[in-house]
Amino acid sequence: MQITVNGQKTTVNEGITLYNFLKDKGLDPQKVVVEHNYRIVRSEEWQNIVLKENDNLEILKFVGGG
Amino acid sequence: MDDKLVIAGQELSSRLFIGTGKFHSHRVIPEVINRSGAQVVTVALRRVNLDYPEENMLNYIPDGCIIMPNTSGARNAEEAVRIARIARAACGSNWIKIEVINDNKYLLPDNYETIKATEILVKEGFIVLPYMSPDLIDARRLRDAGAAAVMPLGAPIGTNKGLKARELIKIMIDEIDLPVIVDAGLGRPSHAAEAMEMGAAAVLVNTAIATADDPVAMAEAFSLAVKAGRMAYLAGMGAVKEYAEASSPLTGFLR
Repeated sequence: MQITVNGQKTTVNEGITLYNFLKDKGLDPQKVVVEHNYRIVRSEEWQNIVLKENDNLEILKFVGGG
Repeated sequence: MDDKLVIAGQELSSRLFIGTGKFHSHRVIPEVINRSGAQVVTVALRRVNLDYPEENMLNYIPDGCIIMPNTSGARNAEEAVRIARIARAACGSNWIKIEVINDNKYLLPDNYETIKATEILVKEGFIVLPYMSPDLIDARRLRDAGAAAVMPLGAPIGTNKGLKARELIKIMIDEIDLPVIVDAGLGRPSHAAEAMEMGAAAVLVNTAIATADDPVAMAEAFSLAVKAGRMAYLAGMGAVKEYAEASSPLTGFLR
């Protein structure tokens, strides 16, 4: 199925949890913030969220800025 | 001298705020912050590159600093509000620098959208420091919306041109009962000193430090300039005069 991750269409396995998707991408829960369908989700919730077709994910982090 | 800057009830130890963009290496940032004495430090929020996840900037900011995320990338109030909410969830800081820009050439902030975003975020409990084009009337609107300070630009972002908006900022300092923090465009310690001598509450510097050959030494130079400028402001500077006025007595000459 397809979801949108940071504005890009991405194919993922049916029934994958948000936690497993992020883990597969090698992302450290302490270092990123995730918005799932425009709702900010804390890392404790990642295990309970099953991704669905056409879901929208924003995966963000802090960078240098003025 | 008891001269603390207080923003939103919080006493700050330094009147120099530091931005963390454009450094060649993140590793220099902790030392830059320590040598500058800065307590308020800005960061930006961006999408993770899933192919090359990089390190989190927060790891380089020493404990005890106030993290002030900016809303850079926002083109309108709605986007700024969204970024601010995400940033607060991610770093736990209530401080937010609102930056709404839809002009790509001069990166001038959109005051109208900035005011709208300020109204919303103040109601949500944020400590809002808006980056703005220097304008007294808009600064009053931001004050009425509950901004904790206003941050007019000295010159366009990253130009190092100095206090080009001097006269408009001076009017804001004279008329607005809020800290006025000069943000953007200050390229040299003397520019920072000039802003502080004029009565600015603080300055925010990024490019001038980040792109110096020795960013750590430049951070300290800015720190000294900010202190010198503030001290001169408090000391009360002598009047400027059109014609010469002798410093030595004009009587008792040996002739």
